[in-house]
Amino acid sequence: MVPRIAHVRRRRHDAPDAWTLELDMADGAHVDYAPGQFNMLTAFGVGEAAISMSGDPATGPLIHTIRAVGPVSRALTELKPGEPIGVRGPFGVGWPMAAAEGKDVVLVAGGLGMAPLRPALYRLLGERSRYGKVTLLFGSRRPEDIVFRHEVENWRGRFDIDVDVTVDHAGADWRGHVGIVTTLIARLDLDPAKTIAMVCGPEVMMRFVSMALCDRGIAEESVWLSMERNMKCAIGHCGHCQLGPTFICRDGPVFTYRRLKPLLGVKEL
Amino acid sequence: MENLERILSEHPFFSGLDKGFLELACGCARNARFESGAYIAHEGEAADQFYLLREGRVALQITAPGRGAATFLTLGPGDVFGVNWLVPPYRWTYDARTLDVTRAIAMDGKCLRNKCEADHHMGYDIMKRLMPIVIDRLHTTRLQFLDLYNADV
Ligand SMILES: Cc1cc2nc3c(=O)[nH]c(=O)nc-3n(C[C@H](O)[C@H](O)[C@H](O)COP(=O)(O)OP(=O)(O)OC[C@H]3O[C@@H](n4cnc5c(N)ncnc54)[C@H](O)[C@@H]3O)c2cc1C
Ligand code: FES
Repeated sequence: MVPRIAHVRRRRHDAPDAWTLELDMADGAHVDYAPGQFNMLTAFGVGEAAISMSGDPATGPLIHTIRAVGPVSRALTELKPGEPIGVRGPFGVGWPMAAAEGKDVVLVAGGLGMAPLRPALYRLLGERSRYGKVTLLFGSRRPEDIVFRHEVENWRGRFDIDVDVTVDHAGADWRGHVGIVTTLIARLDLDPAKTIAMVCGPEVMMRFVSMALCDRGIAEESVWLSMERNMKCAIGHCGHCQLGPTFICRDGPVFTYRRLKPLLGVKEL
Repeated sequence: MENLERILSEHPFFSGLDKGFLELACGCARNARFESGAYIAHEGEAADQFYLLREGRVALQITAPGRGAATFLTLGPGDVFGVNWLVPPYRWTYDARTLDVTRAIAMDGKCLRNKCEADHHMGYDIMKRLMPIVIDRLHTTRLQFLDLYNADV
């Protein structure tokens, strides 16, 4: 599958090492996608990386939030407005939005894990009456690392969503929570039988968050995680992203904790 | 006293405690209220109080030279802190500072220690309530210092 060409419309610095790119497809087409899906983005001359959509699937342009960790992601975050970028996708199976209808929804994000959850949150807020109570628990390293900070502050001010933010490390001037995100789960007021959880963050964080949610009585099949493994083809051919019997690119990246639990200990492939 | 006993029995830490033990524990308890920004405890001081939070939030902090005070954990209603009352040398190992107007039940650590010593059944029950909190704090501190969200992890 050959990448389509897009151009960077806007570039915003979102966290010390993360940038958000707004893209225009060169052919003017609108890219339809489901919350939780991802694209393979090409930085020409450097390479390709899997990056989730982080914008509003209903309205906005194609938006990706990228953390510079290696050569490809760094090159992507350095693209300036007007520069070309390659787009293959959308790929994967997203968040269980249909299964969440009529239920309370708890989103648990760790660091840049907020990016793949953001389209789900837009959908939940955009079609608010279809869902029960919506809660966002968001853990970051330090206050200055909180990605989409202004938006998070806006969500906090709304009456139709509960938002709790915690950081791992803070100076005395931070008045919010300090402690890992699982400490917020222990304090949640929830009805486990009618709650569905969507979790994204580093794997270790997701493991402990899943355990904490299940300890609160949520069923393993009601806890959904988005997995990150190295990808190449993104269409289930190359085997790069294989985790046990599953291909993250084709069968995921979103899976239930029930399905992932035996595989979560598997080391990077 | 009856009011305090009810408050104590409704706090998650003591909920379901044997009635007799509750009465004994109540003898060591008093209501406490702190303004926002007040220090409840200072690192190095004698830890002769154990706190059960009812309202408000408390930041546990350690001050590092040149870096000022760093908060490593915030606690809210239903949480407890100050388990140092149980372990020699009974000394606070951090500062505890309120973030809001805070209400708590302050338990006299020495009084509680003596009662636990005199009645090991009560002591064991209280120990079973304290240990999970201590273990949970240890575990979450480990994860916190793994620096999970750092790009290198
Ligand atoms: C389905 C899916 C969705 C993704 N969505 C996003 C997204 O929205 N935003 C985003 O920034 N990234 C996302 N990623 C991760 C991204 O694809 C990888 O970080 C990719 O490896 C970056 O390529 P690179 O060449 O820059 O770094 P590489 O050369 O692959 O890696 C450089 C170094 O960084 C480490 N590293 C790689 N990925 C990560 C990571 N995610 N966290 C911490 N360390 C890492 C590697 O172990 C290596 O040491 C997603 C991955 C998948 C599979
Ligand atoms: S990336 Fe090739 S099989 Fe998934």
